Amino acid sequence: MIGEALIVLDGLTRRFGALTAVDRLSLEVRTGELFGIVGPDGAGKTTTLRMLAGVLPPSAGEAHIAGISVGRDPEGAKPFLAYMAQRFGLYEDLTVRENIEFYADLYRVPRRDRPARLERLYAFSNLGEFEHRLAGKLSGGMKQKLALCCSLIHHPRLLLLDEPTFGVDPISRRDLWLILHELVAEGVTVVVSTSYLDEAERCDRVALLHQGRMLALDAPTVLQESMSGRLFAVTTAAPRAARDRLRAHPAVQRAVLFGDLLHVVVQPDTPAASIAAVPGVQAVRPLDASLEDVFIHLVGEAAGQEAAA
Amino acid sequence: MDRTRILALVRKEARQLLRDPKTKRLMFGAPIIQLLMFGYAVTTDVNHVPTGIVDHDQTQQSRALADALTAGDYFRIVLRSDRSADLGRALDHGDILMGVDIPPGFASDLAAGRGARVQLILDGSNSNTATVAQGYASRIIQQFGLRQARATGLSLDRGVDLRTRAWFNPSLLSRVYNVPAVVGLLLLLMALLLTALSVVRERELGTLEQLMVSPVTPGELILGKTIPVAIITFIDLLLVVTLAVLWFHIPLRGSILALFLAAGLYILTALGLGLFISTISRTQQEAFMTMFLLLLPAIILSGFMYPIMTMPAFFQHLTLFNPVRWFLELVREVFLKGAGVRDILLPLAILAVMAAGVFGAAVARFRKTLG
Repeated sequence: MIGEALIVLDGLTRRFGALTAVDRLSLEVRTGELFGIVGPDGAGKTTTLRMLAGVLPPSAGEAHIAGISVGRDPEGAKPFLAYMAQRFGLYEDLTVRENIEFYADLYRVPRRDRPARLERLYAFSNLGEFEHRLAGKLSGGMKQKLALCCSLIHHPRLLLLDEPTFGVDPISRRDLWLILHELVAEGVTVVVSTSYLDEAERCDRVALLHQGRMLALDAPTVLQESMSGRLFAVTTAAPRAARDRLRAHPAVQRAVLFGDLLHVVVQPDTPAASIAAVPGVQAVRPLDASLEDVFIHLVGEAAGQEAAA
Repeated sequence: MDRTRILALVRKEARQLLRDPKTKRLMFGAPIIQLLMFGYAVTTDVNHVPTGIVDHDQTQQSRALADALTAGDYFRIVLRSDRSADLGRALDHGDILMGVDIPPGFASDLAAGRGARVQLILDGSNSNTATVAQGYASRIIQQFGLRQARATGLSLDRGVDLRTRAWFNPSLLSRVYNVPAVVGLLLLLMALLLTALSVVRERELGTLEQLMVSPVTPGELILGKTIPVAIITFIDLLLVVTLAVLWFHIPLRGSILALFLAAGLYILTALGLGLFISTISRTQQEAFMTMFLLLLPAIILSGFMYPIMTMPAFFQHLTLFNPVRWFLELVREVFLKGAGVRDILLPLAILAVMAAGVFGAAVARFRKTLG
């Protein structure tokens, strides 16, 4: 399913005064990919997506969508992309149906295609029975689904979603991800931003962003494996004292308290026995790294490099 | 420009405007209420002035003078007394605005042709009303004097026979002057308010960004926003003009075509101003503030309440840049002076230039702020 590059970013940069919100971002998103832009608030996720959507011109660098430069021709890609902002503006005084029809008109969806498309959108969003309800009278999760329906009525090739699950209840959140997977299965390329790292693990590939810079770019599993054999859970009777001793160990990069346990990141190819030999350590158990561990580790490394430089 | 998209925007806008009962009241109720208010309450006419009379003469002639004063609608006698001090007290209390003191010997002086005296005392704290009331009273008393003289066969040596006549509004009813002007204020208010708020509301809600991501162009968006407002303001125009003519009997002497032409250009200017305000306001509150900052000088410098000819020269020049001034002039020309299109070519042309300039500038700024 995954084909050639649909989006190419080359040194994409956006400055707001003295602040560099997005700093020389270069990456490719391939057709049919479910791509995650992951990072905490202020990482530059929204700024990146707005530049891709053609509503914010880049300060430097280039972004091409299907060969069209969003800087030089912001209108060019609009007909086949959809952008769902974090606060998607619905017309709350129009009904569910009127909202969708309005976007269908704007994108000039042929009238004869509409009944079938509406039926499909209603089927996965369960909005059919609320067709004539005012959008303002929907629950938060339902509003988000309606926003998605409005974004999808013109069958975009590329869907840009800015934190679509922000403030959405767990059930609706799961529904939304199911819908995204379905879309990808149909060949739509989806770029989704999120600050939830557990969600990011559902993406084909993720770009980890921190303060405008990209820390890593790969499949979540690959990123997690990059830390395999380097993350340990350490049991100890005196965690604070043990932590300080571990930090003094030359192979230990990080040691943090994790409840009663210590999570320890070591340099590659460090044997567990070398950790177990530290005084006060009772047991050492290898851990599978989560994306969160990877992210925290990478942020720490980046900060270390910056301090060294 | 794509017709489907413009139609979709217009339909959406119309739905939103007509769905909200508050907006509907604003669009169609407010103009009627304001017109009634200006037609009835805001009147500069001087009628039924509360008047006190002290008649020391107590003759047939002195009573005839009092009758002459009250024959019209201008004066209403609320106090009759035979002590002059009562007049002063009533004036102090604000019970009367004018006092008439007829001294003893009034009738005999008249009969003898010695020139009878009557004293008028006016409450000058309201100078406008006092001046107008004084004018009415002097005229009535003079005419009374003339009639008496003729009746007694005395020939009066009169230098000038002054006969005033007010053209276009013979009875000088302020309503005839005010009501057509209200049309100008209402159209401005409606067009500004509806355009600016509908754009800024979308900015607040985030739907404006959503529209910008879609293939809608700024030009289509502008048309989508202004066409419904233009239609509504035209409906308001019809409503208010109908009411003015049928209810207030304001004469519509000129050509309706001229009126609509002027209104069309004026509405275009107002829509442009509304768009312009929407580009410099992030919130609806900001838009409201800007609107009031703009409306107040526009009204004061329009000649609506204060005549332009009595303003200092600087402000007179300033009014030349005020579209409201030109529209009010046009409306009064058409309503009261019976102007047709050909009589008002100059103000029409000025308004057309203003409409093109303001709307053009607003569109340019609108494109820039969105792009």
